[in-house]
Amino acid sequence: MLESYIPIFIVMFFATVIALGITFSSMLLGPQRPNKEKLSTYESGMKPVGTTRERISIKYYLVAMLFIIFDLEVLFIYPWAVQFKKLFAEFGISIFISMFIFLVVFELGYLYAYKKGGFEWD
Amino acid sequence: MGIGEIILISLVKILLIISLLFLTVSYLTYFERKISAWVQNRIGPNRVGWKGLLQPFADVFKLMLKEDIVPEKADRIIHLLAPMIALFVAFSTFAVIPFGPEVHLFGYDIPLVVADVNMGVLFVLALTSLSVYGLTLAGWSSGSKYSLLGGIRSSAQMISYEISMGFSIGGVLLLSESLRPIAIVESQSGWMWNAIVQPIGFITFLVSAFAETNRLPFDLPEAEPELVGGFHTEYSSMKFAAFFLSEYANMIIASGLIVTLYLGGWQIPYIDLLGLPSGLVALLQVGAFIFKLVAILFFFLWVRWSLPRFRYDQLMNLGWKVMFPLSLINIIWVALLIMIFGL
Repeated sequence: MLESYIPIFIVMFFATVIALGITFSSMLLGPQRPNKEKLSTYESGMKPVGTTRERISIKYYLVAMLFIIFDLEVLFIYPWAVQFKKLFAEFGISIFISMFIFLVVFELGYLYAYKKGGFEWD
Repeated sequence: MGIGEIILISLVKILLIISLLFLTVSYLTYFERKISAWVQNRIGPNRVGWKGLLQPFADVFKLMLKEDIVPEKADRIIHLLAPMIALFVAFSTFAVIPFGPEVHLFGYDIPLVVADVNMGVLFVLALTSLSVYGLTLAGWSSGSKYSLLGGIRSSAQMISYEISMGFSIGGVLLLSESLRPIAIVESQSGWMWNAIVQPIGFITFLVSAFAETNRLPFDLPEAEPELVGGFHTEYSSMKFAAFFLSEYANMIIASGLIVTLYLGGWQIPYIDLLGLPSGLVALLQVGAFIFKLVAILFFFLWVRWSLPRFRYDQLMNLGWKVMFPLSLINIIWVALLIMIFGL
C-alpha cells in the first residue's frame, strides 16, 4: 500500500524542479540594469506615501479564527461520512441523529458569531 | 510489481501529464484571450503564427527575457519563495486526479492516474490550503500597499470558501464511502452523477472553486481598478508568469476535481451495454474526461467575461451566510437520501 505514495514524491520532485526553473530563468536570461526609480515601490507613478506595514482591520483575524473552528468541524465530518453507509446498516438512524446533534451544537456557535456581527463587513 | 517498475510507469505518466498540463496552460491563456475577444466583439491575438496560435510561446519567451526586478523594500527571500510555492502547489495537485479507467498495457494493469492513493481528496485539500501561502507571502513580502491588501484579501477569501468546499466534499464522501478519487468516480455509475444526486453540493463546490482559484467574479485579490495588480503588483518577468501559470494550472485542476467529484469522472453512462472492445472503451472514456474538463474550463472563461466583480463585503457575505449553510444542508440531504432510498 505504501508504494502507491511513491508517484506523489516523484511528482513533488518534478514540481520543485519546475518551480525553481521558472523562477530563476529570467534571472539568468534577462538583463540586469537596476536604478533607483525602477526599484522603488510602485504607487501609480507617485512618490510612495507612508509605511507599507499598515495596521489591518481586526475583521481579518476574526475570519481566520472562525476558519480554524469550522475547518475542524469539516475534519470531524469526514470520518463519519466515509463510514456512514456501513454504520447505518449496522446501527440504524442513531448514527444520523448523533451527527445531527453534533452539527446543531456547532451551528449554535455559528449563530452566536452571526448575531454578534462576526460576518458583517462594512 | 517491483519498485523499479512502479517508478518507471509513474515516470512515464508524470512526464506525459506534465507536458500536457504545460500545453493546456499555455493554450488556455490563448483561448482566454480569444474568447474574451469573441465576447467583446474583437478579433484577439492573430499575428504570431496561424490565427495567433504561437502567441503563448511568444509571451513566454518575452517574459523570460525581461529584467527580474526586486523592489528595494521587498523581503528578498520570501519575495523569491512565494512564486515557487504557487507553482509547486499548482503542479503537484494533479497527481491524484484520475483521467481514465484501468488499462492493460504490455502485461501490466495500469490505472490512468499518477498516484492511486487512498487519501487523494485529503491530499488535494492540503495542497489547496498551502496555495494560500503563495499569495499571502507574495503580498506581504513585496513591501507595497497594493500587494499587502491583495494578499490579505486573498487569504481571507480563500480560507472562507475552503470551508464550504470541505463541506460540499463531505456530501460526496457519504455516497462514495472512500477518499480515493477512483472509488469516488466509480460510485457515480450510470446517471448517478453527484451533480444530479446532490445539486446543492455541486453548486456550492462550483462557486467555492471559482473563489479558490481567484477567478472573476471573485478576483478581489487582483482587482485592477483598486489594487493595480494586487498581490503580484511588484513582480516582473518569469516570477509574474509563475503566478499567471499557477492560476491557470489551478483552473485546470479545479475543473478536473469538479469532473471527478460531481460529473462522473471518465465515465460514459451505459457504455458497457454497447459491447465495444475494452481498448476502445478506455479510449472513449479518456476522451469523455477531456471533453468534460474542457466544458468546465470554457464555463470558467465564459463566466469571467460575462459577470461583474463582487464587492468585498458581498463576497464574504456569500461565503459565510449563503454557501456555508447551503453546504451543510447538502450533507443532511445526502444522508437523508441514503437513509430513505438506500442509495
